[in-house]
Amino acid sequence: MATVQESLQNVMNWVDERLPVTKTYEKHMSKYYAPKNFNFWYIFGVLSVVVLVLQLVTGIWLTMNYIPAGDRAFASVEFIMRDVEFGWMLRYMHSTGASAFFVVVYMHMFRGLMYGSYKKPRELIWILGMLIYVALMAEGFFGYLLPWGNMSYWGAQVIVSLVGAIPFWGEELAVWVRGDFNMSEVALNRFFALHVVLVPLALIVLVFLHILALHEVGSNNPDGIDVKANVDEEGKPLDSVPFHPYYTIGHDLPAIVIFLFVFCAVMFFYPDGGGYLIEHPNYEPADPLKTPELIAPVWYYTPFYSMLRACTFPLFGMTAKFWGLVVMAGAIAIPFVLPWLDRSPVKSIRYKGLGSKVFLTLFVISFFILGYLGTVHPTPMKTALAQLCTGIYFAYFLLMPWYTSVEKTKPVPERVPE
Amino acid sequence: MSHDGINPGRRNFLISATSVVGAAGFVGAAVPFVGSWTPSAKALAAGAPVKVDIGKLNPGDILGPIPAWRDRPIFVVKRTEEMMSRLNRRNYRLADPDSEEQKQPDYARNETRSIRPDIGILVGICTHLSCSPKFNPAIEPQPFDTEWVGGFYCPCHGSMFDLAGRVYKDVPAPTNLEVPPHFFESDSVVVIGEDGGVA
Repeated sequence: MATVQESLQNVMNWVDERLPVTKTYEKHMSKYYAPKNFNFWYIFGVLSVVVLVLQLVTGIWLTMNYIPAGDRAFASVEFIMRDVEFGWMLRYMHSTGASAFFVVVYMHMFRGLMYGSYKKPRELIWILGMLIYVALMAEGFFGYLLPWGNMSYWGAQVIVSLVGAIPFWGEELAVWVRGDFNMSEVALNRFFALHVVLVPLALIVLVFLHILALHEVGSNNPDGIDVKANVDEEGKPLDSVPFHPYYTIGHDLPAIVIFLFVFCAVMFFYPDGGGYLIEHPNYEPADPLKTPELIAPVWYYTPFYSMLRACTFPLFGMTAKFWGLVVMAGAIAIPFVLPWLDRSPVKSIRYKGLGSKVFLTLFVISFFILGYLGTVHPTPMKTALAQLCTGIYFAYFLLMPWYTSVEKTKPVPERVPE
Repeated sequence: MSHDGINPGRRNFLISATSVVGAAGFVGAAVPFVGSWTPSAKALAAGAPVKVDIGKLNPGDILGPIPAWRDRPIFVVKRTEEMMSRLNRRNYRLADPDSEEQKQPDYARNETRSIRPDIGILVGICTHLSCSPKFNPAIEPQPFDTEWVGGFYCPCHGSMFDLAGRVYKDVPAPTNLEVPPHFFESDSVVVIGEDGGVA
């Protein structure tokens, strides 16, 4: 008689002959070799998967009580908050999760900038990641309309009107996007469909491809050393450890626990984040006749919103509004070509020269300043500051071919330093 | 030619022909999906002309924003003699004082941008990013403009318009406020959304 273990092995063999379960597990987990020198910055990829799952699950549960109709949407959110058992918690998980998603994704992207994770051979990982970021922005934008509060309404009104800045067909295009002459239930309905079906599907596919591309070439590391260049006689990289269990248990699990502590603290005690996570005018229903005193998007869009507002003068016969659209779209588009802007022979900031360090620092500072400026009323001084920071944002990318090729880099060691 | 020989010319032709037919099919299949996003019959019907009673509107007052034609906020402002006399004194600060940009029907392309000089009818949506500008008839310095002589101010991004909805220079809004098609059915009733045969 076969032992239990032997029977299980037989079942596994039967499955493996029909579906590559063990092979896939080994390729992506137990025999996926990751550099041994990962640090704090390497937890945000895993955390964004955690938040993605959280958003999918809480989102599905919210649709069970939410009604995307102009006269009932706001009331149905109040119903979720007051009458549905644990409804308030599901909604706060989802709204806090939206901000948490952008926190971890921004950290993840900064890690990429700092350690040159976008450089050859990881260009496609970077591009897929940028596509995820754009899909995430769309997802957040569509979702923000759904509570049908006054900021939902006017925020969407402002962004959809941007389409109207496109020459010739702009106005027709804006009517097409809204399905009406003004923002109405028609837009609410289609944004709902996009938010709960189309964009999440796209996100899942993109995340899958992002990870597939990563596992094809392997992870970068804080030193930017090619760990595949030094392998033992079995072909295992010497400076690497198997992803499971070394990183899953030893690195990611504690990170997830700490992250959830912070997440729960915000969700239970500061769910509206002082008006930054859920804005105060959104506690009033949408009113097409009453613009809020200050229209500001949620914090994760404010850097780009500042760049839009920084365009205050017409140029080359085109209006300021048109240039606002161009600058904002350009700011989102330009990181896509980052892998071809960086001419440095080294990947990591640890071995790059002064130019890269100065520009990365200025870039991060101006991104924060732009983020702040997008939440307040513009004044001539603040607009000038926004213009300066917009200039730095673009200079970081456009001058990169220059400063990465002239600066003096340090030699990269062959092996990961102990 | 043998059975397993490849005829490249024929293969290329078949690949191209299949791709072209497939692409045409794709474009055809996209029509209902793209088309369904255009305004529905219901939305178009809601865009029908509306009648507004202006009989009780006093000089210097504004009716609105009222949800009117195409569900957009409409301003109906009754200008006093004094307001009208102020209109053209500061044209140098306006971007398009003569309404050259087509943001109004031809019959409203005049100094007051209206049929009757005293009644101004405007779509209350800022031409920048569609916020709702606020009516501010005061003739006194404002935080946003020290020479303010009355008009509309958009709180979102600081665009300014005069009492005829004409945009100031150096503000984000690119054009004057839109004047909807309208005509006077009687002295006190205005129909918004239709030209009434005058155009």
